This record gives sequence, C-alpha cells and structure tokens, in this order.
Amino acid sequence: MTFSATSVVADPRPSIRRVETDAELLEHLRAGDEGAFAYLVDRYQQPMLRFAYSLVSNRAVAEEAVQDTWIGVVRGVERFEGRSSFKTWLFRILANRARSAGAGEHRHVPVEPGRAVDSGLFDNTGSWRTPVEPWGDEADARLDAAKLAPFLRAALDDLPERQRQVVLLRDVEGLSSDDVCDVLKISAGNQRLLLHRGRNRLREALLPAMEED
Amino acid sequence: MRLALQRDLVCEQAVELVTDYLDGALSRRQRRRFEAHIRACPNCSAYLEQIQAVIATSGSITPDDLTPQARDDLTAFYRQWRGEQPMDEGPDDR
Repeated sequence: MTFSATSVVADPRPSIRRVETDAELLEHLRAGDEGAFAYLVDRYQQPMLRFAYSLVSNRAVAEEAVQDTWIGVVRGVERFEGRSSFKTWLFRILANRARSAGAGEHRHVPVEPGRAVDSGLFDNTGSWRTPVEPWGDEADARLDAAKLAPFLRAALDDLPERQRQVVLLRDVEGLSSDDVCDVLKISAGNQRLLLHRGRNRLREALLPAMEED
Repeated sequence: MRLALQRDLVCEQAVELVTDYLDGALSRRQRRRFEAHIRACPNCSAYLEQIQAVIATSGSITPDDLTPQARDDLTAFYRQWRGEQPMDEGPDDR
C-alpha cells in the first residue's frame, strides 16, 4: 500500500512526538492498540478543535463534531485505504460532521469578488503610496517565525471563518491545494482567493510587530 | 492578441497574484509578467517576501499542548467505543 505519511507534509513541529508516522500508528490502531490512539489524539486533537471552531460558531457543537470524528476514525480505520493522507482523511471527516451538525448555519455563500489588498494603499497609477519595508533577510527568517508565532495565533483567530479554514488547512496543517478543495468542497480558484485574502490579513496583523525593531 | 495584455503590471495588480504565483496557478505569460514586475519593484518584492514569511510562520506554529485530562477523557471514550469497558461510565456517545 502506498501511503503518504505526515512526514511527507511540510510540518515541522518540535512539540509533537515524532516517534512514529501516522501510517505506523494506524497499523497499531487497527490492531486495537490504545496507545496508538493516544498518540493520534496528542497529534491532532488541538488542530482539529481549531479547525472545528472555524467551521461552526457554537463551541459545544464544534467539540462534539471533533469527538464524532474520533469515533469515525476508530470505526472506519479498517476501511481507510491510504489514498489520501491520514490527516486529510481526518479533516474531511471532521468537515462532514461539522457540516451536518451546523447544517443551518452552513448555507453555500458564494465567495464575493474583490481585492485582497486594500486599494487605498495604492496611488492612482497603481503604485504603493508608501514603501513596503522588508522584514529581514533570510538569516532572520527562523528567528522571525518564533517571534511572530504568538501574534500570528491571535491574528488567525480574527480571520473571517472561510479564510481561517483555508489558511489553517493549507499553511498551518500543510495540506495540498487539492486536499483543501476536497475537504472544504470549494473550487481551486476560490481556495486561492480565500487563501490570499487570509495571508494578506495576517501580513497586516504582523506589520506592527515587525516594525517594532 | 490585445495590446493591453502586453502592458506591465502595476503594483496593485501584482500583489493580487502572489498566491496564484506561489501555487503555480499562473499561465506562463502571467508568470513572466509577474516575475518581471517583482524584479523591477522593491516594494512588491518585499510584499512577496512578507507573504512567504507569513506562510513560514503559519507552518511553524505548534498546537497548544493537550491537557492530560483531555487525553485521558478521549482514551476513556476510546475504550468505550471499542466496547472494552462497561458502558456505565462516561457520557453517551450518541
């Protein structure tokens, strides 16, 4: 069986024990190993909650959808064939559960056209009114990531929910574009539109922190 | 072929194409125009780098640690789901 484990996905997370890949844990889970379940919970409970909160506004409903997802995993692990990564499978189940749980609040609202970047930032020739200051050179990038993380977490929570869903899956969880479209049932074009709006908002939210020093 | 397509991009247009560019979703022609603009424009070049920094930072945020209580609760559920434990404790899962 070919199986794309999480190690394939760019996902550098020092806090998570990387003793075994998802594929290995799933093998153990199929054998009824409770420890494997605990590892998967450690790895995915918080990311799932964060994603669930972006899908349904009621926290209790979101938490129930996450719990239902784990039940779905335990019951469905025999049928999981590894055509997608475990992570994608997990988020797909969760999105489905959340959709049925919050059916009322999840009408299909079209993605409204418009620009990501505020047109007020540009003059009448379409050029930037004020210079965009570089945030630092390559060598600073790692340092910046650590420094910016707390600001970014807060800014993520403030994103409009559809932008938050796409940014969480693409940039935080590292799912591919195709997988995000599959989980959220949106077109590739709308996915990129929402992603760029979300990224741009995060950029704006980080500007004050970057201009401090 | 319309002449308008040959014109250089302005900043306001270029910044909207950044995610499409990074996703490889631009046509060859669009990509060339975008790259030409980025090479010539320090502001949009900085904007592109900022977006890349946002992406890198997003990919580096760690999940909040799970409380031991939350893990225990879920493991208890797991036993229940698997029917390895009497069903008289814990919330109903239906």
